[in-house]
Amino acid sequence: KSFPEKDLLHCPSKDAVEAHFMSCVKEADALKHKSQVINEMQKKDHKQLWMGLQNDRFDQFWAINRKLMEYPAEENGFRYIPFRIYQTTTERPFIQKLFRPVAADGQLHTLGDLLKEVCPSALAPEDGEKKNQVMIHGIEPMLETPLQWLSEHLSYPDNFLHISIIPQPTD
Amino acid sequence: MPSSVLWAVDLFGKVYTLSTAGQYWELCKDSQLEFKRVSATTQCCWGIACDNQVYVYVCASDVPIRRREEAYENQRWNPVGGFCEKFLPSDRWQWSDVSGLQHRPLDGVALPSRHWEWESDWYVDENFGGEPTEKGGWTYAIDFPATYTRDKKWNSCVRRRRWIRYRRYRSRDAWAKIPSKDDPEQLPDPFNDLSVGGWEITDEPVGRLSVWAVSLQGKVWYREDVSHPNPEGSSWSLVDTPGEAVQISCGPHDLLWVTLWEGQALVREGINRNNPKGSSWSIVEPPASENGIVHVSVGVSVVWAITKDRKVWFRRGVNSHNPCGTSWIEMVGDMMMVNVGLNDQVWGIGCEDRAVYFRQGVTQSELSGKTWKAIVASRESDRSHSGSSSSLLSAGCFFGDEVRGSGESCAPSDTDASLEADRPGPDQPVPAESVDGPRNSRDSSASGPGTGRTTERAVEVPGPATQTSGPEPGPTTQTSGPEPCPGLASSPAELPWTNIDLKEPKRAPGHSAAGFPETTGLSSMGLLPLGLEEPYGADDHPLWAWVSGGGCAVEAHAVLKWFTVQSGLSPSVQTLSLSIMPAQTAAWRKQIFQQLTERTKRELEHFRHYEQAVEQSVWVKTGSLQWWCDWKPHKWVDVRVALEQFTGLDGARDSILFIYYVVHEEKKYLHVFLNEVTVLVPVLNETKHSFALYTPERTRQRWPVRLAATTEQDMNDWLALLNLSCCESRRVHGRPSPQAIWSITCKGDIFVSEPSPDLEASEHRLPCDQMFWRQVGGHLRVVEANSRGVVWGIGYDHTAWVYTGGYGGGCFQGLASSTSNIYTQSDVKCVYIYENQRWNPVTGYSSRGLPTDRYMWSDASGLHECTKAGTKPPSLQWTWVSDWSVDFSVPGGTDQEGWQYASDFPASYHGYKTMKDFVRRRCWARKCKLVTSGPWLEVAPIALGDVSIIPESPGADRSGHIALWAVSDKGDVLCRLGVSELNPAGSSWLHVGTDQPFTSISIGGCHQVWAVARDGSAFYRGSVSPTQPAGDCWYHIPSPPKQRLKQVSVGQTAVYALDENGNLWYRQGVTPSYPQGSSWEHVSNNVCRVSVGPLDQVWIIANKVPGSRSMSRGTVCHRTGVQPREPMGQGWDYGIGGGWDHITIRANATRALRSRSQETTTDWSGEPGLPSTPSRVAGALLEAHGPVCC
Repeated sequence: KSFPEKDLLHCPSKDAVEAHFMSCVKEADALKHKSQVINEMQKKDHKQLWMGLQNDRFDQFWAINRKLMEYPAEENGFRYIPFRIYQTTTERPFIQKLFRPVAADGQLHTLGDLLKEVCPSALAPEDGEKKNQVMIHGIEPMLETPLQWLSEHLSYPDNFLHISIIPQPTD
Repeated sequence: MPSSVLWAVDLFGKVYTLSTAGQYWELCKDSQLEFKRVSATTQCCWGIACDNQVYVYVCASDVPIRRREEAYENQRWNPVGGFCEKFLPSDRWQWSDVSGLQHRPLDGVALPSRHWEWESDWYVDENFGGEPTEKGGWTYAIDFPATYTRDKKWNSCVRRRRWIRYRRYRSRDAWAKIPSKDDPEQLPDPFNDLSVGGWEITDEPVGRLSVWAVSLQGKVWYREDVSHPNPEGSSWSLVDTPGEAVQISCGPHDLLWVTLWEGQALVREGINRNNPKGSSWSIVEPPASENGIVHVSVGVSVVWAITKDRKVWFRRGVNSHNPCGTSWIEMVGDMMMVNVGLNDQVWGIGCEDRAVYFRQGVTQSELSGKTWKAIVASRESDRSHSGSSSSLLSAGCFFGDEVRGSGESCAPSDTDASLEADRPGPDQPVPAESVDGPRNSRDSSASGPGTGRTTERAVEVPGPATQTSGPEPGPTTQTSGPEPCPGLASSPAELPWTNIDLKEPKRAPGHSAAGFPETTGLSSMGLLPLGLEEPYGADDHPLWAWVSGGGCAVEAHAVLKWFTVQSGLSPSVQTLSLSIMPAQTAAWRKQIFQQLTERTKRELEHFRHYEQAVEQSVWVKTGSLQWWCDWKPHKWVDVRVALEQFTGLDGARDSILFIYYVVHEEKKYLHVFLNEVTVLVPVLNETKHSFALYTPERTRQRWPVRLAATTEQDMNDWLALLNLSCCESRRVHGRPSPQAIWSITCKGDIFVSEPSPDLEASEHRLPCDQMFWRQVGGHLRVVEANSRGVVWGIGYDHTAWVYTGGYGGGCFQGLASSTSNIYTQSDVKCVYIYENQRWNPVTGYSSRGLPTDRYMWSDASGLHECTKAGTKPPSLQWTWVSDWSVDFSVPGGTDQEGWQYASDFPASYHGYKTMKDFVRRRCWARKCKLVTSGPWLEVAPIALGDVSIIPESPGADRSGHIALWAVSDKGDVLCRLGVSELNPAGSSWLHVGTDQPFTSISIGGCHQVWAVARDGSAFYRGSVSPTQPAGDCWYHIPSPPKQRLKQVSVGQTAVYALDENGNLWYRQGVTPSYPQGSSWEHVSNNVCRVSVGPLDQVWIIANKVPGSRSMSRGTVCHRTGVQPREPMGQGWDYGIGGGWDHITIRANATRALRSRSQETTTDWSGEPGLPSTPSRVAGALLEAHGPVCC
């Protein structure tokens, strides 16, 4: 009843949720590894990923998801970081762009670099006061945190880094 | 997997090695010589140097290469002088070989080359077939060619005794010139190419190598008698060829290809165990007639070739049966040469850039691989450009390395006195790696940290070889430079690393040239750059001339670090390593953890006051399995199973397993309380994934509940869940305690049990069928432990493993497994089948048997048919890794084709044919491999047969190193140094010399070391103590009459031994003053393994243990009634059984509360006396301390 149809995507069945989840994982892997890892997995691995999530069995889930979080030793990170930035203040659903974890000079990009590039409005100006909070999993990581690390450790089960920009509470 | 190395020669003739675990080419430790060709195996490398001489480089190992020389002293009795040297004219020499035909005076036995040295002087062997002889080792006979006995009889007219002396190969980690003086038809003209292979034709201990060479005139030569114990071989013999050869390649097995001047290839046929030289040649035409073959390289079942236009070719269809293959396939790439290494992996040298390429993607199913990938690892010497941080890192990885005591490494010697004199004053008191660190671009050329490393090693054992390897005609090195050590002399101020904590920082001032190999090492380093005129610039990559992968084992899916530049030059790499590595402490990381913790707290806090929605949770898992039914006829029946878990209010969990079955259309069920389950054993075979579940009741009945799942995954899920439930209900979790009892089943599964204090109580003892066993991941054949938490294991392939402190692994994941300390473990074992034949008058032996005969292809018993094609690996966990081959090492011996003969089938077999033999059989073996995971790390590189760790009594001093002894798979006795709680793997092996190969070893309380030799007799090692960890000499202890011992176990004081017929013996009369004891006393039969612990408790694995439902083989039994006054005990208490192979209770020193420690130790004080009957007199007066008392 009274499902918020206009705010949330209504999945008609469990299968639809699963399909949606898998498509997110695949999209993330397309960004990270040109889909190489996910395509090498078997159907049962995909199934295990979903079953692990559904039954709240972390070890089951992570046994497979671990492979998605690996990257070749000769590179310093993923190809692109799968992320989505949500802002409460705009009408846009979210921001998603191609962003590499390592800069051309070999420096690791940080969360701050990402925001500067993709969503500069979220950052406080040099001198001004902080107006927004950058939240992932309900916490505020420091802007110096390397993005690659965040992607490996703070991604959601769909392998995306969901970053929320919310106004600084004023209390 | 232990690391192995790739060998390569650069354009300047310098030899480098690249470790599979490393990232840098390291200069060969003996770097004086320049080479044209090298051909490597795992233990040695052969090469042709620029002086056209052949050299062999034997890698150092903790176990020396030693060979026995023997000579017989013969005497004849005469009425006047008794036994004396007066012989009849027809008699043999007074000193002879074993046959008596060869004159062999002791001083006439010379070392074969100057790469050998004597280990000791000649001494008389007093051991005669496992029995000690009296009176100076004499054995008696009626006349000379006769049987000798150890007893002198009235008709004994002659006697003889054996003198033995050991020689030891000393030129290890150094290039040893192959002597060429004694060659038959004059030394062949200079060699052009050389190839080593053939190590898979014969197994150890023979370990034969095939060394083939091609001379400049195009002749092919074979080096006779090259084997592990004889690394130099004996002589070159010519092998006729139909054309002039230019190049040769010999594979690990029976492939041998030669290229001819005309561009064809010659293929040797008929190479086998009995004829390693092969019998005939056949010719293979090149892929295109205008471009002949210029280079070939062969592996086990691959051939790669290069034609004149530098194209690379792969030969299709090559195997043992068809060494010529079928056709050529062109591959991409232009190469100078290619080389096939272990596992048929391929390396090549590019035509254009002279870089070493590795063929990626070579697997057993795809031998031609996928792509060439350039190895961009830089040389260590290049690294010195990059300045401080990288050399600091490199220093770290050098010295973290195990220091193998290899004084006889290379230190280039020829230390002219003048040179030494020229060196600046009192030698620079520089720690070794300063040699490495500050070397700037000026002198970074050829010698590099490679030499630095040598010097570091040389510090430990100043070896004698330093002086001798000098006179070698190394043409380039002796560039007698009056200039003293430029690198060091010029820049002593830039030594930033002097404060690094070195393992062996001692560095004596080197006034004398002789005594300090390290200083000579230094001086040579200063010299080398002078001779070579700065061959490469600062940034170019090395140019290679030759590569050999014969010693380099790359697993198909291993990750190598060869393909990335680790120069430390690129800023990106630096920043990366700096920002990621100390990430553990980075502020952002700390903050994330802190925030997460706070968030969790915040989110839970608000809901704390809500009641738990479900008070008592019942959690059920159901499924369908098969059950081995309890009634006759026994068969698998389909059942439904349900596991119900209750969590009580106190958080305690209990579970019941229900098995619902239908019998006579009546529904019934069986239930098992999981807190009563004592063990869950996986029983995997070719067809079923099943497991057995024991309770104390079921253990007594010898009748477990057996359940089978349809898939392996399903079984593992059930097994993991049931195990977790059992452990939860017994509140057992985490790693096993140091006192834990370890055991192994015949499937190699490892189980561990926590001993209760009542286990060894004299009253109200805990019956051992109530012990709870849980599985630990991994696959082992032997496990040994002691109460300080040191646990070692040995796999079926004799690999040594050390316990890491983890738990879980294998099929246990998640909560049942520790997150760290779990590593991949692999094991290899052989599956054996028998080919049986019967003789008939028409065709001789044929595979047509009598109708009553066994299958012509069968298992050992002959009852089951086992064909080559139909035999599967033991379970689905195992996969084949080799093809079927004849096994020659079966007991009883075989003929040249591996046949054993007998008069009829179920009979005893012998290795030669007689008139009465109508049947014969031979054994075929095929290797299979299992990969699993568990808390075990490999202790490379020496393979072991047995291991023993000193048991420690509860009150003992817990400091100091832990004594650990082992027997290698070749029978060498080894003593591990540096074993402690913190470093359970220890540091290095100390070799303990023996006169024959050993099979079993045990070290008991007070450092009593007992061992069993391959001839079935026992030995006691004298004077072993913490300060003298290897003891001084062996005392021979005869075995029980007519029995050959196979295992010994020593507790605090008690000594038990086991013979080959399953009898258990107790050593009577062992006292501190006479630790060898007096006689063997029979205790029990049907025993297959014994373990005696620190409380002198005795546990065995026994066969034929009765139960109410069936007999059981491989049952754990505990000796009851063992008292200080009654050390042999009274009876047996039967525990878990049905396929157990091994147990160790040597870690369990937990006594029952009532202490009886006083009683046990009182007998053990007293002055140690002089042990009698030493097995050798060479040691003259023996020092008079027996085992040290505790």
